[in-house]
Amino acid sequence: MTEAAPAARGFWADAWRRLRRNKAAMVAATLILLITLLAFIGPSLSPHAFDAIDWDHMAVPPGAPNDHWLGTDRLGRDLYVRTLAGVQISLQIGLLATLVSLFIGVLWGATAGYLGGRIDNLMMRVVDILYSLPYIFIVIILSTLFERGNIYVLFLAIGAVGWLTMARIVRGQTLSIKRKEFIEAALASGVGTPGILLRHIVPNVVGPVIIYATLTIPQMILFESFLSFLGLGVQEPQASLGSLINEGAQEMESAVWMLLVPAGFLVTLLMCFNFLGDGLRDALDPRDR
Amino acid sequence: MMLRYALRRIAGVVPTLFIIITLSFFVIRIAPGGPFDEEQALPPEIKANLEAAYGLDRPLIEQYGRYLAGLVRGDFGPSFKFKDFSVTELIAQGLPVSLMLGLSAVLLALLVGIPLGTLAALRQNSPTDYGIMSVAVLGIALPGFVTGPLFALIFGLHLRWFPVAGYEDGNLRFLVLPVITLALPVIAYIARLTRGSLLEVLRMHFVRTARAKGLPERQVILRHALRPALLPVVSYLGPATAFVITGSLVVETVFGLPGSGRYLVQGAINRDYTLVMGMIVVYGSLTLTLNLIADLLYGWLDPRVRYD
Repeated sequence: MTEAAPAARGFWADAWRRLRRNKAAMVAATLILLITLLAFIGPSLSPHAFDAIDWDHMAVPPGAPNDHWLGTDRLGRDLYVRTLAGVQISLQIGLLATLVSLFIGVLWGATAGYLGGRIDNLMMRVVDILYSLPYIFIVIILSTLFERGNIYVLFLAIGAVGWLTMARIVRGQTLSIKRKEFIEAALASGVGTPGILLRHIVPNVVGPVIIYATLTIPQMILFESFLSFLGLGVQEPQASLGSLINEGAQEMESAVWMLLVPAGFLVTLLMCFNFLGDGLRDALDPRDR
Repeated sequence: MMLRYALRRIAGVVPTLFIIITLSFFVIRIAPGGPFDEEQALPPEIKANLEAAYGLDRPLIEQYGRYLAGLVRGDFGPSFKFKDFSVTELIAQGLPVSLMLGLSAVLLALLVGIPLGTLAALRQNSPTDYGIMSVAVLGIALPGFVTGPLFALIFGLHLRWFPVAGYEDGNLRFLVLPVITLALPVIAYIARLTRGSLLEVLRMHFVRTARAKGLPERQVILRHALRPALLPVVSYLGPATAFVITGSLVVETVFGLPGSGRYLVQGAINRDYTLVMGMIVVYGSLTLTLNLIADLLYGWLDPRVRYD
């Protein structure tokens, strides 16, 4: 895979061709695009607001003769709009946390791998320690740090501890390319350490980073839903897929759609991101096939 | 060699745990708000008295020292919200249920996941294989807080095979749905691991030799191929226990089980410092120990591992 660097254009064109031939990945990518569009445009098509209470239509099922397309919850709030609002939050948070973990992980891993020796040891020891605790513990500790409801700050923080695997992957890649001739050439022409890291190492680890980032997004979406499900994330009247599923689970005896609608969206999103990530891995790293 | 490696690994757990405890102690205390904030605003004198009673008015570093000293004696301190209970009592009450839940889930996952993976590998690219692997993808992607309520809905509410939620001591029927919910992603992962590594092993020369000397296929698989093929499963046991511990937080909430997992969540919501800390210490040492056991087991099973 590291051999790909000299023939960069050929490699990416090749990868793109392989990805396009992967039906599951392409369907997944299309669905993600559609759901994203729906999440950001869809709510404005409905006459209802996400927190508006409709006293005449409480807990009505989907398909009833009114303008609540996916029914309403116990308080008469429109489930279509609330679910899409939840999808919006999930997507934004998934992306935000992934970007943060990407940034830290790539820099941390590249620095440790390139500098090596004692600094490498120390930096990776930090990663090991953070690794040894189930991730959710760190997340729950962090969730106590912020005012409940300020979900964006919380996920900035979660992204800030979600970089561990990324750092390991990037470090491994860096170790394998730092002895290559083009690094030596850069050193010989007087490029400093930061320059080598940013201009030469980081661009060459892009492949695995993209794959792992695609697989991180669903993880982060899952974390957000998990926290909101437990009551530690998004707070009322704001909606998240996790908090909607929690409400739905409590009402499932009489209003099963309240569970099925948000759960359906969450599962579809997670599956799509996983399929896309798998497809990207196969496309960018054909060795594995 | 092995013994020295084992001792070094065991010795390594203690400092890791110490760092985890120290970091979480200070991070939790930096958090705004305290355990006595959320009730209707207390008169300042009463709040001050309460804080003094729990030692919260002391300098942080002194509180930290006292906490560590307590830990050494096995005393996790009093809970701030469950008055009259010490954290030790709360956790001791819930832990047996949680352990039973977690152990059953891992056991079930091994008992179901390995045969499924083996079957898929032996029938590679057949409908059986595709069927098992598609279900595995679903099992991995579906979170417990979706599958749990769905199982409760189908097998509890509609089919009435098992109770929807709740717990009675000694009645295993209450544990069936929670254990399946918790085990499902682990089953799926183990099946995938087993399939992948068995396919690899089956291509190796010693398997060909075993077949060539006329062993029945059953013996080739069970005696020769499966044993090395299961090594990745053993090394997955560490992450699996971490996963099961995390999952039990959700499953206990979904099915209303009186385990200790819910204390972590409630503690975090209530800013019950000692309860959260207690859970981190107990579950943290549990994870570290189980990870260690899985690692040592792996080293014992795989003679190729070198200890340096």
